[in-house]
Amino acid sequence: MIPSDTAQGLAHRPWAVFFVCPDRRGSEGSIGRGRPALRIALVIDDADRDRPNGVKIMSALLRSLEPLVTTLRAEGCTVVGPRERDGAIVLDAIDSAAQLPSGWGVQTGPGVYRLRRRADRAVFGHSAGPQAWKRFLHPPRERLWSADRGVDGTLTITGPDEEPPRYAFLGVRACDLRAIAIQDRVLGASPSYAARRRAAFLVAVNCTEPSATCFCVSAGAGPDVEAVETRPDRAPADWALADLALTELAEPGDAEPLYVATALSPAGGRILARLPQTPAPPDVVAAARAAVGAATDHMGRSLPDVDLREMLAASLDSPHWADVAARCLTCANCTMVCPTCFCTSVTDTTDLSGDHAERWQTWASCFEVDFSYLHGGSVRTSARSRYRQWLTHKLGTWRDQFGESGCVGCGRCIAWCPAGIDITAEVRALTSQGAER
Amino acid sequence: MSGSVAAVAKPSVVRPSLAVWKFASCDGCQLTLLDCEDELLALAETVHIAYFLEATSTVVDGPYDVSLVEGSITTEEDRERIVRVREQSRILVTVGACATAGGIQALRNLADIEEFRPRAPRIWTEERARNERATREDRASGARGPCERTRAQEFLRVVYARPEYVSALGTSTPISAHVRVDYELRGCPIDRRQLLDLLSALLAGRRPAIPAYSVCEECKLRGTTCVLVARGAPCLGPVTQAGCGAICPVYDRGCFGCFGPMPGANTAALEPVLLARGMTDVDIERVYRTFNAATSTFDTAAGRSHEPPQ
Ligand code: SF4
Ligand code: SF4
Ligand code: SF4
Ligand code: SF4
Repeated sequence: MIPSDTAQGLAHRPWAVFFVCPDRRGSEGSIGRGRPALRIALVIDDADRDRPNGVKIMSALLRSLEPLVTTLRAEGCTVVGPRERDGAIVLDAIDSAAQLPSGWGVQTGPGVYRLRRRADRAVFGHSAGPQAWKRFLHPPRERLWSADRGVDGTLTITGPDEEPPRYAFLGVRACDLRAIAIQDRVLGASPSYAARRRAAFLVAVNCTEPSATCFCVSAGAGPDVEAVETRPDRAPADWALADLALTELAEPGDAEPLYVATALSPAGGRILARLPQTPAPPDVVAAARAAVGAATDHMGRSLPDVDLREMLAASLDSPHWADVAARCLTCANCTMVCPTCFCTSVTDTTDLSGDHAERWQTWASCFEVDFSYLHGGSVRTSARSRYRQWLTHKLGTWRDQFGESGCVGCGRCIAWCPAGIDITAEVRALTSQGAER
Repeated sequence: MSGSVAAVAKPSVVRPSLAVWKFASCDGCQLTLLDCEDELLALAETVHIAYFLEATSTVVDGPYDVSLVEGSITTEEDRERIVRVREQSRILVTVGACATAGGIQALRNLADIEEFRPRAPRIWTEERARNERATREDRASGARGPCERTRAQEFLRVVYARPEYVSALGTSTPISAHVRVDYELRGCPIDRRQLLDLLSALLAGRRPAIPAYSVCEECKLRGTTCVLVARGAPCLGPVTQAGCGAICPVYDRGCFGCFGPMPGANTAALEPVLLARGMTDVDIERVYRTFNAATSTFDTAAGRSHEPPQ
């Protein structure tokens, strides 16, 4: 966390962040009066840190994201956010808010993703793109160690980079926030993941405009950031999830959008306190809440309302697996774009001299033939068994393994599947076949 | 983390010998080896380049520890020569689409007129007419075609002014159709990092990294936005074996399939995807009938595009 919060500081949850009058800290009477002299104080180690009654986490109104980017960069963070590039909204380093994809929206469908111009200048007016934040927290390729043999034969072993990059993620949607929480549970014990994760500052953004492939509501992962942030079953429990939450309010035309900002962690509070702001008028806060609420009713897709773990466990011999296998390319795109898929394989390299060796960890997928290679051959050779592994792991056995679902409903696997295979449609088909039998 | 451990002496071994062989090919894969400019000196220090006519006319007799074989078998002489190369090589590695799949020259394998006729792409119509004429003439002169000889001659007539000077088999076949192959490097041409990794692996006695998954996975590892999904461009990546580093999509175009089919490639599932992205049946046949035309997977995919829909 920034700046240098300790695990001990993070252990005190939930935090309350108050807007207070200079004289009456934390008192209800001071809240929401719109006094220009408001400042933010943090109440962490106070007796009333348990969100005392009636005192709500308060929101500020930001007119630009530039000071936020500048402040985070001044804190030594590499700010990563959405950018328009190569016909998509990708995640990449930014050094100015001007690089955010102002006025770009997307249209998605099974196997289709297209940029479109929006009527407003929203920078977060697009849904999940081809990349997820795991690209930064759980990178596609990571050197685990390298070894060098000197002229005298001495071997020197060098571990991974000691200084993890300090990222600030700008624009983490609820589904992706939930995905980070899911990967925290899976990868939290890995020192390199933990180091990157703990150093990261997360600016979450509420969704007000889901796309045709979104189904976070039925996956229990959105679109409201705070609902995801406060889920009681997160692990490791002492890790902060998001630090700030934003809701973007954009009007058609050339006007710059407004942002309702809420601090969700002490670090978030400290950063927010340094930004030029005005208190968010109650009607603006209400409008922001309403927009997020409305998004709940506009999901493009949904998962069937059954116990998926049970349904899938009973469907292992369903004829539907052969049906989807005929359409599946076993190309692994779904697992690569999925923000929760975590599998890796390990490869050794050496140079020609034989004096330098490296061990690399690389993303892998259960769609690879070699993924299930045991002595004598692969266990899952058919497309049927590989598709079944992916789907049953995501929605069924993930619960046995980690106590929660492995799907957050971001819809990436639907949009970025070249064959347009739709996980919700396949689950629906399996569910209705199961019901018939 | 960084630390030193007890001194481990570098094993002193005799430099292994390397031979590079050329069969029917364009030399592009051998050039990839010469293209490893930064590593060539290190390579020359660690291995003894015993036979590599593209680089040196000095020839050292076998046996060789490692033979890199470029090119396909297209003549009677080469059919015998590859057996001798195998006998003299401890490890034999085929490099490139010609050696691993027969190469683009394996299109000649398709010049069986009876099979060729119903699905000939438009661009070949003229050649087909000429081939048919030639076959009629062959038959009139008593030949009982189509046999290997007449098939080759049909193409020879199209290409060469004096086809009688050319002596070739009717087919172009991969090295593995003739002798045992230890490792295969795919591609037209091969990827230099894969080549260096393979040579380093053989030197170190470790397993070379030759992935059996799709080009799509390499796109995702490097963070390239999918051109098929985001641009509607046809792409063979989902059925093609990785190894190239997914270069083509980086340059905003679909994969040509030059690394050939990955294990279990589902070309039947890709067909509707390609048709929906603007390819015609003829385009699909042509895109599969390139560097790896003679692989059964791509051959079937090319043929399937002309079957009436079920
Ligand atoms: S399974 Fe699909 S929808 Fe669910 S989290 Fe993964 S990519 Fe998103
Ligand atoms: S779905 Fe496959 S790739 Fe993803 S986490 Fe599960 S086993 Fe790994
Ligand atoms: S479901 Fe789609 S993305 Fe996943 S392996 Fe199959 S074809 Fe590829
Ligand atoms: S561009 Fe081609 S190779 Fe890359 S992910 Fe898309 S379909 Fe696969």
